[in-house]
Parts: sequence; structure tokens; C-alpha cells
Amino acid sequence: MIKTDIIIIGAGPTGLFAVFEAGLLKLKCHLIDSLVQPGGQCAEIYPKKPIYDIPSRPEILAGDLVDQLMTQIQPFQPGFTLGETAQDIQKQADGSFIVTTDKGTQHKAPVVAVAGGLGTFEPRKPNLEGLQKWEDKGIDYIIRDPEKYRNQKVLIAGGGDSALDWTIVLAKLAQEVTLIHRRNEFRGALDSVEKVQALKDQNKIQLITPAEVTTLKGNTQLEAVTVDTLGVEATHPVDYFIPLFGLTPKLGPIAHWGLEIEKNVIKVDNSLDYQTNIPGIYAIGDVNTYPGKLKLILCGFHEATLMCQSAYQLINPGKRNTLKYTTLSGITGFDGSRKEAQKSTIKTIE
Amino acid sequence: MDIIITVVDREGQAHKLEAPTDMAMNLMEVCKAYELPVEGTCGGMAMCASCQCYVLSDHELQERTPDEEAMLSEAFHVQENSRLGCQIPMEEKLEGLKVELAPE
Repeated sequence: MIKTDIIIIGAGPTGLFAVFEAGLLKLKCHLIDSLVQPGGQCAEIYPKKPIYDIPSRPEILAGDLVDQLMTQIQPFQPGFTLGETAQDIQKQADGSFIVTTDKGTQHKAPVVAVAGGLGTFEPRKPNLEGLQKWEDKGIDYIIRDPEKYRNQKVLIAGGGDSALDWTIVLAKLAQEVTLIHRRNEFRGALDSVEKVQALKDQNKIQLITPAEVTTLKGNTQLEAVTVDTLGVEATHPVDYFIPLFGLTPKLGPIAHWGLEIEKNVIKVDNSLDYQTNIPGIYAIGDVNTYPGKLKLILCGFHEATLMCQSAYQLINPGKRNTLKYTTLSGITGFDGSRKEAQKSTIKTIE
Repeated sequence: MDIIITVVDREGQAHKLEAPTDMAMNLMEVCKAYELPVEGTCGGMAMCASCQCYVLSDHELQERTPDEEAMLSEAFHVQENSRLGCQIPMEEKLEGLKVELAPE
């Protein structure tokens, strides 16, 4: 059981910044995210796109924003449970919560902050007959461990970065890699496109375009797929079929936690502290709603800050505290690190 | 100047919307402003296809950019007249535009 002060569900910019604000109040945080890397949408959907409305940053790439936040919160040593989805929440007799992921990892804390953005990213699935039957039996939407595909026959479908990147990785491991896409053009980093071109030229992979998978075949395990290339069908024996058509967010299990939900977002009290209808559970960032709500990263930062002040009171009832400016108080990390402003020099000039 | 466009939702109901042409809005944003069920997950970067729609009127739209082509090539329920709402800027010549939201 992982124990902390605040369990943050969602490791996007808002969740990450909450770690900093909590840290200033000596509260420890643990983040849970269904993606395997922190950063949420910024890291998953648009890491190379610029953002122009972060105060004092005229321009910053979404991926760089995440990196900078990770650096900023590093002194406060947050814990991470990545690649797992927060599934279930149970209130304990002592008022604390236990949050359990889909993999069974348990986390306990007096405060839970949902910073889930648009929700859990789920793979977009092609519309193929029998698809569900072979999920995890030859069909994978997310590659967690490339070693699984060593010496296997793999067919990847898709035209974006993940299809290209995994083709490159698996070309080294798998017995056979086939990449198919509905068009001849791929949308990805130039470097990746060139690498895949080279792999094709060296006959290390098979590239089939424009084409798509039309039928799945097999028994208990998937055994083959039919690929349609401009009306001509061909059967390809495969051990694994990996459709990589991107991820789409769904609010997911949080929808069933008894929180007051309006149009896929959680209602909070914004006149006070962004708490939900369940005391001790807060919602911050794109996942919440209140009159006048704007889904902006900068608003998420503000919400995270107020939430932490309220969480402090909840965790330390009656214990007085006052707002401190980091310029004066500096930052003392849980790792013993210390950052502070340089003392001014007072010296006579003769 | 505002224009009037028609958006048919996924239940087949037609909504007449007044769309400003001077606020750099696109069709996805107009739908969201009227609280129609368009997610616009990626915020308008042609990276999610949650604003896919079918163009029903014969207005001449700006051509698909390579980004839009790429996204539509990976999206589902794509037809000849599919477009991403976020890639259709509101402009005066689109007066009377009629689109239907594609399935989610």
C-alpha cells in the first residue's frame, strides 16, 4: 500500500504543478496516470506544438512545459504509478481514501485530487468483426513491453508517429514486421519517416500502402488478417496485429465514484477550494466545471494552488498557516535540497 | 458579419447557428459555443477527428491541408464529404453551410 498526503489522479500539467504547491505546505503527493509517461495531453498528443498563453513564457513547446514542471517539482519527490488507471475509490473509517488501479495497486491518503483532464486515454479501435474476441489474444492496442514481440510475426496498422516508432523498434526484435496504412503518406517526425523508408529499402520490414485490414481470422488466438490493397485481398499470417490509430479520452471509472458530474466533467465549488460533492475529493484542471470555467493550463495552476491550501487545512485541522512567498522562504525539498534567494550585500563604499 | 449555418446533430436534429466571421472561429468552435456534442479533444490541431462532419451543402471550402488529410485517413466513418470542423474557418462565403456531425 502506497501512503501519501494527496493522491493526484492525472499527471498532466495541473496535476504536476499541484505537487509543487503541496510541497510548499510540506504535503507529499503521489500521481496515478493511465499513460506510461507524465504530461497528459501535452506529452501524448502535442509535445512538439507551441503554447503561447503560459504567463511569462511567450512560447513554450508542450513537451518542454512538462519537462520544466518535472524539474520544478523534483525537490518534492512525488511518487508515480504510471500506465495504470485509477479504478476504484473507498472511503475508510478514519476519513481517508484508498484508490485502487486496474492493476490492483493500492494508494492511501486523506485527500484525493482528480486532475484527470479529459479522462483516461483509450485506444481508438478499428471497426472489425471479432475484434474483441482476440483482444489480448493477438491484438494489442498499446505496446507495453516490446520483448513480447521477439521472434513473432507482427502487423502494425496506422500512419502516425506511434505506428512509425514501433515499426522501428520492433524491426530489431520481431521475426517479421509489416506496416500497413490507408495512404502512402505518413504523418510523423521526419527522422522516423526516413528510418522506416530505410528499413523498407533494406527489406527489413514489409510496407503495404494504401491498404487496410478487413478481416481477422483465428481460433483461440488470432492467426491471420486479410489485407485489402486497392480492392485486392491477401491473407497475412500473423502472431500479433497492432492497430495504432491514436488514443481518445473517456472519463472512465471516475464517472462511477459518486461525484456530481455534468457533461463529462466534475462539478466543484469554485467559490472556495475546488472540492467536489464528496469532502476530501477535489477536482482541478480540465476535468472540473463551475460557472465561468475555462479549460486552460494557467487556470489549472490556479485551481491546484487553492486546492492545496484547502487540503492543508483538511489534513492539519486547526493548525495555523500563512501564505509564504517563495522569494523569501525559498524551497526546502523533501530530499533535503534547499533553494533560496541570495542575501543582499551591505557594504560601505568609501 | 455573422452568418447562419446548419449543423445536423447525431440524432438527426438540425440546429441553425449564428456564427461570427470576425473572431477567427472554426466550425468545431462554433459547435462547442452552442454546446453541440463536439469534443474538440485536440483543441483544433487536426489531431483527433472528434469534430469530423459531413458537408451536405455544395459550398466551396478551403482544400484539406496535409494534416487534415492525414487525420482523416486514420479516422473512422470517413466519407467523400468528410471534413474536420476545426479546419473550416468561418467566413462570409459559408453563409447557409450545412453539415452533419459524423458518429463518435
